[in-house]
Amino acid sequence: MLPTDDKEFELRGIGASPGICIGKAYLVDREGVKVVPKYFINPDRTANEVNRFKKAVIEAKNDLRQVISAMPEDLQQQTNILETHLLLFDDKMLFGRTVDFIGNDKVNAEWALKTVVGQIKSMFQSMEDQYLKERVSDIIHVSDRIMHCLTGAAHVKISDIDKRVILVARDLSPADTSQIQLERIKGFLTDVGGKTSHTGIIARTLDIPAVLGLVNATALIRNDDILIVDGNAGVVIINPDDQTLVEYEERQERYRAYRSRITRESHLPARTVDGEIVQVQGNIELPEEVVSVIDNGGDGIGLYRTEFQYMGRTDFPNEFELFDKYRDVVEVMAPNPVTIRTLDINADKTLSYASNGNEVNPVLGLRAIRYCLQNPEVFRTQLRAILRAAAYGNVRILFPMITGCAELIEARRMLTEAAESLAAEGVEHNPDIEIGVMIEVPSAVVIADHLAEICDFFSIGTNDLIQYSLAIDRSNRNVAYLYDPLNPAIIRMVKHVASVARRKNIRVAMCGEMAGEPIHIPILLGLGITEWSMNPHAIPVVKRMVRGLSILDARKFVKEIIDLTSAEEINRLALERFSAHINSGLVIKQE
Amino acid sequence: MNRLESDLQRPVMIVNELGLHARSAAKIAEVAQNAKHKVWIARDAETVDAASIIDLLTLGCSKGTEIVVCIENPADQPILNQIVDLVETGFGE
Repeated sequence: MLPTDDKEFELRGIGASPGICIGKAYLVDREGVKVVPKYFINPDRTANEVNRFKKAVIEAKNDLRQVISAMPEDLQQQTNILETHLLLFDDKMLFGRTVDFIGNDKVNAEWALKTVVGQIKSMFQSMEDQYLKERVSDIIHVSDRIMHCLTGAAHVKISDIDKRVILVARDLSPADTSQIQLERIKGFLTDVGGKTSHTGIIARTLDIPAVLGLVNATALIRNDDILIVDGNAGVVIINPDDQTLVEYEERQERYRAYRSRITRESHLPARTVDGEIVQVQGNIELPEEVVSVIDNGGDGIGLYRTEFQYMGRTDFPNEFELFDKYRDVVEVMAPNPVTIRTLDINADKTLSYASNGNEVNPVLGLRAIRYCLQNPEVFRTQLRAILRAAAYGNVRILFPMITGCAELIEARRMLTEAAESLAAEGVEHNPDIEIGVMIEVPSAVVIADHLAEICDFFSIGTNDLIQYSLAIDRSNRNVAYLYDPLNPAIIRMVKHVASVARRKNIRVAMCGEMAGEPIHIPILLGLGITEWSMNPHAIPVVKRMVRGLSILDARKFVKEIIDLTSAEEINRLALERFSAHINSGLVIKQE
Repeated sequence: MNRLESDLQRPVMIVNELGLHARSAAKIAEVAQNAKHKVWIARDAETVDAASIIDLLTLGCSKGTEIVVCIENPADQPILNQIVDLVETGFGE
């Protein structure tokens, strides 16, 4: 049963997928085998040892080939990398040197491989170029695979896991996750990665609790340790004592009951007590996530981030590839709307094939609409793909990072041009789609009235708006405390945008993290924003929250807070007024 | 390696964005493996076996690095040309 000699301790990371699970740890260590034994080989047996190594390489190559051929189409981009790995198996440095090492030093193959890889690693460590320096990971991946085959039965093969476990890994690659038999996995823990990492997305899509970015989980957790994973709070408890265990079992039960209750009613509209219907939509990044939006009762997709299709590959996706992905989502969601945001990427930082010089400050650099307007070919391809997908359902287009009218006019002109070219070629498409502007730069807030004249809707992106308005780098720990959606300046900005939209008679939506937080809901309602998009898992909770509120009360509340001078005061007042309300639905955050 | 005959070695600049990374190195190695004799890539004072991806990677060539492709035997001239072509065209990336 429980190991009594182990003390309970706790790790904190990023709660990337909500839920609570209790189970045994199963380590999938990137380095594969923890302790590599060293032993000497009888000189006349070295040939056998070399053969054992060669056999392991062949086996590892075959395994990898199978992984590649079994990769779902969506992960095809990853296969490029894996195919390069195939070539590395036979490389002189790795293969040749290991073989030589076995012969010269008369040691076992595992030790020879470990030593050779260690030498290669140290060669890479002295490199200056960060990207090239990190390429050593390719070699480690390959040597891990060989090591797994060498150590035979002891190796960890994710696809072979035959008990229900909590996976603990440094990181999980798409190749790893594609092999997992997911019904066997209770939860995910990783050392690196965050909400938007591949593992995070997969975990949310599959509704498996995950805590990521734990830094040293693989070092501190041992196989078969009893773990409690609380994906809501981002907490992992290792070797819980009986009392903690009982407490979490109860929490888990409450959470399950709560989820099933709210998911049942989530498919119904979110109607306030005074009859206003709020559109609660989901944000997605991968086409697969559309399932999660539907399961959670989303009324549409308020933000389809399109960057993923451009990443992890060597060139730009073509029109058909994009169209195909968009159509998948659009068809499944129809007749509900799908808001496709055009490429919001800092090419220099994220796309190896489109980089053109280093930017000192990429957040303020050539990104999103600026990048697209300067690279009309890339933009045109995406616009055409969106217009084509629009023939299959209810599509809206959203332009990111608009700072002024000129950008919007130019983007619209290119959209019209794309529609005309499709018409001229006789390609099926729908030119009549609503055009939206992301309000995420302070200048867009100030000139919202001008922008409203030339677009059909606004979508407020709070994450960037906060970052740009308060001049904070979100990843900088020293200033992260300033990041608060309830900052009075932010609330006033949102209020301004909402009132301009109302005056100009256009729709206004909110697609930032602010919308997914129950305590913010009364404020958004009171500000007159009734179309929200969020992480799909937040939808049921938010819908439930809406059902207990009235627009009138929410407006009164906003009047009370609009002149408060600090986020703390606003937060305190909101909690005072509405926490009972949130608790009646049983909090999602259980800290 | 000390031979100076220009037909046995040619300097070339890495032009692709990612520099000499695994996939581009793999392309060089693939060509070099077809050579009848050894093919070497030199950067400054370091010289590595062009047929080894990992060896090539350890040169740590980012964009803008100048490397020298060397062959040992004139018979491998087409190999030299192919490698120089690959590098000059940014490995078709």
